[in-house]
Amino acid sequence: MSRSFSFVSHACALVVRNPISLGSVAMISLLAILALFGPHLVPYDPNLTDLSIPFSPPTAGHWFGTDQVGRDVFSRVIVATRIDLMVAICAVALSFFAGILIGASSGYYGGSLDLWVSRATDMVQVFPLFVLAMALVAALGTDMRNIVLATAIVNLPFYVRLTRAEMIILRAQMFVEAARVAGNGDGRIMCRVLLPNALPNLMIQLSVNLGWAILNAASLSFIGLGIRPPTPEWGIMVAEGATHVVAGNWWLVIFPGLLLTLAVFSFNLLGDALRDLFDIRTR
Amino acid sequence: MLMKSTQRLLTVKNLAVDFDTPRGLVNAVTDVSFHVDEGEMVAVVGESGSGKSVTAYSALGLLSTGGRVVADTINYLGQDLLRAGRNLLKATRGNEISMIFQSPQTALNPIRPIGIQITDVLRAHQQLSRAEATKRAIAALEAVDIQDATRRLQSYPFEFSGGMCQRALIAMALACEPRLLLADEPTTGLDVTTQKTVMDLIATLTRSRNMSTLFITHDLGLAAQYCDRIIIMQNGRVVEEGETAKIFNDPRDNYTKRLLAATPHLHSRLVDLLPPAERRPFLAPVAATSASASSACSEREVVLKVDLLVREYGLGPARRRIFEKLWPARRVETPNTSMLRAVDGISFQIGAGECVGLVGESGCGKTTTSRLIAKLIKPTAGSIQLLGEEIGADDPRTFARSHKRKLIQMVFQDPSSSLDPQRTAFEAIADPLMRLEGVKRSTELRDRIEIICDLAGLSTDLMDRYPHQLSGGQKARVGIARAIAVKPALVVLDEPTSALDVSVQAVVLNQLSKLKRELGLSYLFVTHDLNVVRLLCDRVLVMKSGKIVEQGSTEALFGAPKHEYTRQLLAASPTIRFRSAAYSG
Amino acid sequence: MLSSFILRRLLAAAPTLLALVVSTFLIIRVLPGDPAIFFASSPVPTAEEITYVRQKLGLDRSVPEQLVIYMSDVASGDLGTSFTTGRPVLTELLERLPASLELALVALLLAVGVSIPLGVTAAIWSGSPLDHAARAISSIGVSMPTFVTGLILIYVFFLQLGIAPEPVDRIDIFIAQPPRISGFLLVDSLLAQNWEALSSAAQRLALPSITMAIFVMSPLTRMTRSAMIGVLNADFIRTARAMGLSDWTIYVRYGLRNALLPVLTTGGIVFSTMLGSNVLVERVFGWPGIGGFALNALLASDYAPVQGFVLVMGVLLILINLTIDISYGIADPRARRST
Repeated sequence: MSRSFSFVSHACALVVRNPISLGSVAMISLLAILALFGPHLVPYDPNLTDLSIPFSPPTAGHWFGTDQVGRDVFSRVIVATRIDLMVAICAVALSFFAGILIGASSGYYGGSLDLWVSRATDMVQVFPLFVLAMALVAALGTDMRNIVLATAIVNLPFYVRLTRAEMIILRAQMFVEAARVAGNGDGRIMCRVLLPNALPNLMIQLSVNLGWAILNAASLSFIGLGIRPPTPEWGIMVAEGATHVVAGNWWLVIFPGLLLTLAVFSFNLLGDALRDLFDIRTR
Repeated sequence: MLMKSTQRLLTVKNLAVDFDTPRGLVNAVTDVSFHVDEGEMVAVVGESGSGKSVTAYSALGLLSTGGRVVADTINYLGQDLLRAGRNLLKATRGNEISMIFQSPQTALNPIRPIGIQITDVLRAHQQLSRAEATKRAIAALEAVDIQDATRRLQSYPFEFSGGMCQRALIAMALACEPRLLLADEPTTGLDVTTQKTVMDLIATLTRSRNMSTLFITHDLGLAAQYCDRIIIMQNGRVVEEGETAKIFNDPRDNYTKRLLAATPHLHSRLVDLLPPAERRPFLAPVAATSASASSACSEREVVLKVDLLVREYGLGPARRRIFEKLWPARRVETPNTSMLRAVDGISFQIGAGECVGLVGESGCGKTTTSRLIAKLIKPTAGSIQLLGEEIGADDPRTFARSHKRKLIQMVFQDPSSSLDPQRTAFEAIADPLMRLEGVKRSTELRDRIEIICDLAGLSTDLMDRYPHQLSGGQKARVGIARAIAVKPALVVLDEPTSALDVSVQAVVLNQLSKLKRELGLSYLFVTHDLNVVRLLCDRVLVMKSGKIVEQGSTEALFGAPKHEYTRQLLAASPTIRFRSAAYSG
Repeated sequence: MLSSFILRRLLAAAPTLLALVVSTFLIIRVLPGDPAIFFASSPVPTAEEITYVRQKLGLDRSVPEQLVIYMSDVASGDLGTSFTTGRPVLTELLERLPASLELALVALLLAVGVSIPLGVTAAIWSGSPLDHAARAISSIGVSMPTFVTGLILIYVFFLQLGIAPEPVDRIDIFIAQPPRISGFLLVDSLLAQNWEALSSAAQRLALPSITMAIFVMSPLTRMTRSAMIGVLNADFIRTARAMGLSDWTIYVRYGLRNALLPVLTTGGIVFSTMLGSNVLVERVFGWPGIGGFALNALLASDYAPVQGFVLVMGVLLILINLTIDISYGIADPRARRST
């Protein structure tokens, strides 16, 4: 009981101490609110077309202007938060837990398990990231479930590699030997000794990954392999707006792009804060 | 000491160094004054936090950013180093005043050949062509007894042993023939025999070149053996200084007395390591000492019996075939050379209540032996019998869950890395109780831990602290408390005090002795420090290259060593010519 | 020493190459539906066509046999035919490869040219406003997707300021192209001394390469900065200072050289990221590279080029990693030790 309390108070202390952490937590909270309550907060129906006012620049009535079929850009941008965030969180959660499980066993037990796991991750990492994501989505189909799966698969090797490397370093530490002398079996050592010590570095990877997953989902949609229109999604909006930028309709690209950048940026900044949160030595 | 008019090389008056840390201002050094004359070796001795290294660094302006140096004078041969411009400082460093450091392997640039690093220094201070500089570099390496110097010029630091790296560093430092050498703990981390070689070299070079050396160390014994004068520092201040003989025969300051007492070379009793006022808790009851003395030669129950223990490391057969295919040139080697026998057929016994010391230098196999006995790794061959039961063949993983696990416990070397950084001291000590005796989280657990802390000399309000919030000595005590928590029959101690200050070591060693008496423990005490062995252990095993070359009672071994290697080890330990009159009786 | 190290690295690359071919094979086989239809030469193939393709690919045989057929095809350079263009995939890819490579290489040079000095300066004056500014700017750069950056650059420099040329193709269509020797327009123009072409090609390269460079500046700057800080705090730098070496020797010969080792590895990772994201940049700028080609094929359900593209990208990545490994071995003698 007291452990969870001290954890929360430590979290608050960290956030307050460091303005960057404070900023990123604030931005992420904002994004979370938009994702959860977006559709209820926006002034217009994101799919409502109004062919009388296409390509209208930002005005008091339409803060972010309207697109080629008169839909309100502001409403679409806000509502789009949910999709990319959800895809990213699901994909990263999947690869995080699966990757830690595989990487920890591989690094801890070594032997033939390690050999096979290393070969498998090599096979996945032999392609450039985005190319692999593209190929997987092309092969599996472009619904949301497959995008999540493809992103998770592409991400998996990073967690496996990182966890495995941490395990190999940590298992040679003396406090692991001490735990064994104290009568702890393999399972206990992995879960209660090794993983908590590996967590800080894993957390940094987690936050960077979340940022990358959002980028990935938007990029796939941009090239037409991701979420399909007319669902409002940042990547699609940029893609549709790209053809009209040359004619001077900058708001179709800037606003979705801006929010996309903001989301990725907040998660990237979160990394250091998360690592400090899980590392006892910063208390 | 010849009385001649010697030049004063370095004068430091009222030096103060402050550091700006996130936790506020830290006064590392306060009001320090000293001098170094021509041709003498002066030691600055202190424990951790004494400010001895910072003092030396300030002389050359080498402090990292964040340090503020303030002094009345830092004067070298009439030149003010404190207010010197950058060019003067650069011209002085490496040229007039040189410095060598601890951990020589990291002190050298890992990706640059040694020869080039030396010529870099030469050409920074003297107008030399590359060929001339190379010749001087070869001469420098030969002066430090590095064989085959011409070929060694192209070697990289990772191809040198620790001792050779230090000698290469000395060659670099002395290449431009400076008049003053600052040596910051140059032998810490080196084997005893290597330490002697390096110290002898420094002393010889100092004398032959009429150089002066400022020798910074925590080892009073080493300082006494080589240096003319000693400066004692504590908490950033100089507490005493004087000629070596005087410091030993007539110490004034209490801290000096404490430091002298804690130096193991000088005494024959463990309690003598402590100041008289603190000895009471550790004095053995008179009846017990005579009883233990009489039982020394009589039948003791055998707690541990080790027979022809072997541990090999090497490539398995499959990998060896691939290995041989890729590097066919290597195939010529005999099968055994691709296997490393870390422990090569050792046999010994430990009786109840006995403390057996296991000494040797790095690579001799003592660490592997300690891991084998503690059942952390499995032997390749041989038997280990614990209280009559054979445990050698038990797999470490299953052993961890058997009832025999609580009979052997271990105290590890570096207290900082043997405690889980994410758990409190309480949890560390509770772990064996919960796992091996099934004690649940309850008042019973708390009560038992309180008793254990009392035994180990730990205050209970440290229990909720994490390792990074504890001092070195406190962490060591937590490690000991954890090991004795389940009242084992045998405790394997792997260099438990080598990372501690001498004064802390004095207390911890006495504590260990007291625990052994009160709880009836047996110890396997693994160390490289012969002096500690002499004080604490009943019998000694000397190991070299995986084999035990000599074993016997402590008095016999130290009094009349039989094996050549034992004699070498004893000769290499620093000996002090002075008898300390600090404490008597 | 060095030669045996290089040999070992080459040998180690062989199984990776094998794994690549197998992986590429597997991905496309995962496609739901009949692969014969995908690899036929038109979107609506005839029945004879399908039978022919099925036989050629060995689809009536077991999967391992299909793998062998695929591997022998790849070895002989047969990557199939694209039905959208009617030409062999390998030819199409090789024709377009220089365009993508030129773009990636120029972007890499730009990124390295800016990041390393920036990272070194940030490290030497760590904690200063410059340091914070450098990190902030590069963090934002990596958070912005390349397609957004590219579009913003087009909007500002082409539309508003009129400095940049139209974002279509590698060179002005009205200018005579130099004879194709290497495929790299900058090199070929230089060789032919066609200054008009050189200038036009360089102008068109500007925006897309800047777009890619901005994206990878952050990891490069960050790694240079932390490597430099780590090195500057290292023991051997303290020794160098204690020996009175000059600032240039300390910071560049001892400091930077050691710090560049991890930067080299990051550079390899960065280059492979660029190879991945070139699909997006090529889309935005109408760049005739392999990414754009593969993407168009993909959207037209023409799968042979996609498979070929994935294979070629993988090979490029292996080559890059090999180059980085070997360069690392040359730079760091510790890496050459046989373990």
